[in-house]
Amino acid sequence: MFVINCPYCGERDQSEFSCGGEAHILRPKQPTELSDDEWAEYLFMRKNIKGVQFERWNHAHGCRKWFNMVRDTSNDKIHAVYKMGEKPPVI
Amino acid sequence: MTKYRINKTRFVDQTKTVSFTFDGKKYHGFEGDTLASALLSNGIHLVGRSFKYHRPRGIMSCGSEEPNAICQINDNTDLTEPNVRATEIELYEGLKASSQNCWPSLNFDIGGINNLISPFIPAGFYYKTFMWPKSFWKKIYEPLIRLSAGLGKSPTKPDPDIYDHKHEHCDVLVIGGGISGIISAKIAAKNNLKTILIEDKNILGGSTIYQNNKNFIIDNQKSNEWLMNEISELEKLDNLIIKTRTSLAAFHSYNYLLAKENISDHLPLDKKNGSIRQRLWKIRADKVIVAAGAIERPLIFNNNDRPGIILANSVKKYLDFYGVSTGLNNIIFTNNDSAYETAVSLFEKGISVKIVDIRKKSSSNIVKNAEDLGIQIYWNSTVVNTFGYKKIKSIEIMNLSEDGSNVTGNKHEIQCDCLSISGGWTPMVHMHTQSGGKLDFREIDQVFVPSEKSENHINVGSCNGDFELEEIFKNTTIKVKKFLNINESSFDKISVLCSKELEKKNIWLLPNTISEGKTKSFIDFQNDSTAKDIKLALREGFKSIEHVKRYTTTGMATDQGKLSNMHALGIIADTAGVKMGTLGTTTFRPPFTPLTFGAIVGRSVGKFFDVVRKTSIHEWHVQNNAKFENVGQWKRPWYYPINNENLHEAVQRESKAARDSAGILDASTLGKIDIQGSDASEFLNRVYTNAWSKLGIGKCRYGLMLNEDGMVYDDGVTTRLGENHYLMTTTTGGASNVLSKLEDYLQTEWPELDVYLTSVTDHYSTASICGPNSRKILKKLFPNKDFSDETFPHMSYQDAIIDKIECRIMRISFTGELSYEINIESKYGKSLWENCIKAGEEYKITPYGTETMHLLRAEKGFIIVGQDTDGTMTPIDLQMDWIVSKKKYDFIGKRSLYRSDTIREDRKQLVGLLTDDPNEILEEGAQIVSELDKKPFEMIGHVTSSYFSPNLNKSIALAVVKGGKKMKGQKLFVPMENKNINVTVSDFIFLDKENKRINA
Repeated sequence: MFVINCPYCGERDQSEFSCGGEAHILRPKQPTELSDDEWAEYLFMRKNIKGVQFERWNHAHGCRKWFNMVRDTSNDKIHAVYKMGEKPPVI
Repeated sequence: MTKYRINKTRFVDQTKTVSFTFDGKKYHGFEGDTLASALLSNGIHLVGRSFKYHRPRGIMSCGSEEPNAICQINDNTDLTEPNVRATEIELYEGLKASSQNCWPSLNFDIGGINNLISPFIPAGFYYKTFMWPKSFWKKIYEPLIRLSAGLGKSPTKPDPDIYDHKHEHCDVLVIGGGISGIISAKIAAKNNLKTILIEDKNILGGSTIYQNNKNFIIDNQKSNEWLMNEISELEKLDNLIIKTRTSLAAFHSYNYLLAKENISDHLPLDKKNGSIRQRLWKIRADKVIVAAGAIERPLIFNNNDRPGIILANSVKKYLDFYGVSTGLNNIIFTNNDSAYETAVSLFEKGISVKIVDIRKKSSSNIVKNAEDLGIQIYWNSTVVNTFGYKKIKSIEIMNLSEDGSNVTGNKHEIQCDCLSISGGWTPMVHMHTQSGGKLDFREIDQVFVPSEKSENHINVGSCNGDFELEEIFKNTTIKVKKFLNINESSFDKISVLCSKELEKKNIWLLPNTISEGKTKSFIDFQNDSTAKDIKLALREGFKSIEHVKRYTTTGMATDQGKLSNMHALGIIADTAGVKMGTLGTTTFRPPFTPLTFGAIVGRSVGKFFDVVRKTSIHEWHVQNNAKFENVGQWKRPWYYPINNENLHEAVQRESKAARDSAGILDASTLGKIDIQGSDASEFLNRVYTNAWSKLGIGKCRYGLMLNEDGMVYDDGVTTRLGENHYLMTTTTGGASNVLSKLEDYLQTEWPELDVYLTSVTDHYSTASICGPNSRKILKKLFPNKDFSDETFPHMSYQDAIIDKIECRIMRISFTGELSYEINIESKYGKSLWENCIKAGEEYKITPYGTETMHLLRAEKGFIIVGQDTDGTMTPIDLQMDWIVSKKKYDFIGKRSLYRSDTIREDRKQLVGLLTDDPNEILEEGAQIVSELDKKPFEMIGHVTSSYFSPNLNKSIALAVVKGGKKMKGQKLFVPMENKNINVTVSDFIFLDKENKRINA
C-alpha cells in the first residue's frame, strides 16, 4: 500500500485515495461532431501500461481534490504528483 | 524429570510444572516448553496422521515450517482452533490439544487403508477418477470426499476473543530477532533511529542462542554467551521497541507491513479472560531490515516421513534450548556440516549418535571435532529405507556411486530411535519477494538468494544466504551501516571464529535400489505428495512449476511448502534436465504463516462491522413497530405492521390509505446536494438530460442524470432556491457517488465554472405527506399559508415556519398523489414528524415504509434507478424520451444516445406486464420468454418490479423486454420452476394516466 503525496495535504496513506484511471483524456468540446468511432475512442479506449502511466487520483477521504500522478505500474514507484491543469512532467 | 528431559537450560523453568492433555490423556511439561517439546519430553513423537494416506506422522521441526504436528486446540469449546502447530504453541496450564485427521483414534486410524492402496491413488487421482458417471458427483462422490477431506474442525460458535489493530510508524523495522537482527537493531537504535525489532518466538536469539560449540567464538566467548549479553544490553536501549511473539504476516510496497502479535495465546485459560488475544500491527517503516533467517531442508529418501525423523537443527534446539532429547539412540543423516553441531551436542550429553553423510569427506573444524570425539561417520552413504510404523526403529544405508546418481555395495542396517536429517538450508526470501524483490539462484549451495537492491529494505544474515557465523557477522554489520548511512558500529572490531564448510554436495532425490514407483519419498509431508507424484506430473505434460504445484498439491498445505518447495523445484529441474535457476519459483504470497480471521477483522465485528445511519425520526419508527430495511448504510422503515400483519398485509393497508386519505413517509435519507455559484444553472444543464436555464426561482424539476455512456445513473428533483442557488436531491444509495461524479466534472473538465457543491443530506430531515387529504393536513400545520393550486402549484416550493422554526415545503410527488415534502433542520425532524402525525390524526394519516413507496410509484410507472435500471438502460429504453432535451448542445451522455448500439430497436425496453390471472404476482427477476416450445428458452427480458396493487385490485409489474416498446398487447410467458405464467405487455402507467390525482 503506497504513500501518496497529495498536492494539497501532503503524504497520506493510499487508503484515503481512489484512482480515477488514465489521465489527460480530454472530454471532447463538440461531441456531436464526432463519429461513433471517434466518440468510442474517448469513451472506452484506455491504455493499460506495464510501466510508467499517467493517472487521475482523488483524495476521496481527505480534501476530495482530484490531481494527477505518474506511477510505474510494474513496481508502484510514484514519479510525480501534480495538480489538475498543470503540465505533465517529462518522465 | 522424564526419561527424555536430560538437560537443564535457562529457557525452560523446570521448577514450574505445567499440565496439559493430548488426546484426552494428561501429561506434564514445564514453563517455557512448547506443546511439541513437552510431548517429546514425554517420549511422544506420533502426533497426527497424514492428509491423504493417513500415515503416522511425528514432530519434524521446531518452528512455523512444521508440516506434521498440527493440532486441534481446546476442542469442543468456543475457543477451539484447528491446525495449530505444536511447535509454535507455548504450553500453558490446562491446554487441551488433540490430533487431527484420524478416526477412530490416532493409534488406530481406519484411513490408514489409503496407505495400502496408495499405488492406486497417485497425483490427480481425484481429478481422474470421479469424472463419471456424472450424476454420482453431487450425491455420492462429493459428500464422501468432503467427509474425509480437511484437517482440523472449524469452530461453530462466534469467536469470544477480542482482537485489536494498531498503527505504528518507525525509522527502522527489523524483522527477526536472531543474531543478524540483533546486530541490525542495535546499530540502528544506537544511532538515534526509532527502531522496532519483531521476533515470532517468545525470546530473542534465533538459533545462535543455543549454539554452544567451542568452534563458534565471538569476542572470545561461545557465540550463545556473547549473544545473551548482547540481548540484555539491547533491552536497555530507549528508542528500541522489542516485540516478541510477533510474526510478520505481510510485506507490502512502500514498506507497509502487517505483523501479528500474540498477546494472550500463551496464557492459561483463567488468565486470558477479557484480555486481547492477538493484535495486528500495521507498520509503516522508513527502512526495513529483513533478518528472517533460514529453514533447514529435509532430505528426500524412501520412507522419510516416519515419526522420529526430525530436522537436525531442531533436534539440537530441543536438546539445548528445551533440554529434551528426541531420542536416546540417534543417527544423523546429512549433506552438510551444520548437523555435526547436533551430533557433538548429543555426544557431549552422553547420548549415542552416529552420522551418515552423503559427502565423501569434510575437512572443517566441526567435523574434525566430531571425529576426535570418536563419533562414527558413514561417509559417501545414503539412507535407502527406514523401518518402524509408529516410530522409527532402524534404517538401511548404502554407499553412493561415484556421481551420486545410484547406490552401490551392500545394505547395512542400523538401529535407532531418532533420525535427524539435514539437507542444507533455505533462506527465508518470502518477505523480500512479497515486497516485490527478485531472486538469484546460487549454484554452489543450491539456494535462491535476494538479488535486487531496494532503496528501502535490505536482507541480512541467513535469509540473505550468509550461513556462516563469521560472514553473517561481518556482512550484516557492513550492510546495515551502509543502508543507514552510519560510519562506525560497536561490532566493527569484534573477532569471530567459526567452522567453515568447504565440501558441499546436494542430491534432491536420493537414489535407491527399489524402483521409483515403489518408494515413498515424501516431499510435501502435509499434503502427502511424493517425488513420484512430481515425476508423474511431468510425464503427463505439466511443465510450469505453478502447474505442477497445483496438480500435485505440493506446497499447498497450511505450511505453504516451507520445507517442500525447493525439493519439488530440484526434482523438476533434474527430471526435465534444466537448470534450477531458470525454472523460477512459485509465488510467495502473504501471509507468511496463517493469520486468524479475528486478527484480520480486529474490532470491526458486531455493531462495529459497518456504519449505521439513522434519520432523526428513527426513534419514532422504532416505537411504532417499524420493520427496517438497509438502504446503503441507512436504516429505512420498510413497513409498519399492526396486530401481527405480515409484509403483504401491512403494505396493502398502507398503500390504500395513502391513496384514499393520507400517508406519511420519512424521506430524510434521500441525498441532498446544495449547489451554489453563478454558473449553477449552466452546470445543471450539463449534468442533467433536460434544460434548467429557464426554471423559475421557487420551482422544482425532475432530472435524469446519465453516465457518459448514455446509461441512466441517478434521478431526483432539484429545486431552485435562488438565482444562483439550487437544492438537488438524489437517490438514497447514490448520494455519495453522485457528489463524487459532479465534483470530478467540476474539478477536471469544467474548472472554469463557478459552482460550489455541498452535501447536506444529514442537515435536513424530510417528512413527505401524500394523499387527497394532504392539503388539509398542511393547512392545519401552517394555518397562515395558502395551499391553493394558484399560489402553491405542483412542482413549486415555499419557505414556511412551524413552531418558530424555518422550513421548506416542496409540492412534489413520487406517488402520483397530491403531495408535500417538508424539509427542516435535522434536529427538529422528529418534532416536525410528530406534529404531522398529530395534525393528520383526524384523516387517519398512515405512516408507510419503502415497500409501500415502491408499490405506489410502480402504480404510476415511475422508475427506481437501480431496480428498474441496471446500468444498461438509456432514457430512451425507459420510454422517457420526453426528458431528453433536443435543443441542448451537450450534456453528459448525450452523444452516446445515438451510438450504433444505443439506437438499436431490439434493446431491452421498459414495459408494463399484466398477468392473465390478476391474483398471480410475478417474481422480481423472473425471466420472460415469447416462445415456450423453443428450447433452450430464449430469454427476452426480465421482471424488474412486481406488486399486488390494492388500488387497482390486481397484480402489476414493470419489466424490461427486448423491443418491448412495440409489443403492447402481446402475450408473453414467465416460465417458473413448476408452471408457466401467461402475461400481457401493457402500458407501464397503471393508474391515473391523466395525472388528475396530483391536483386533486
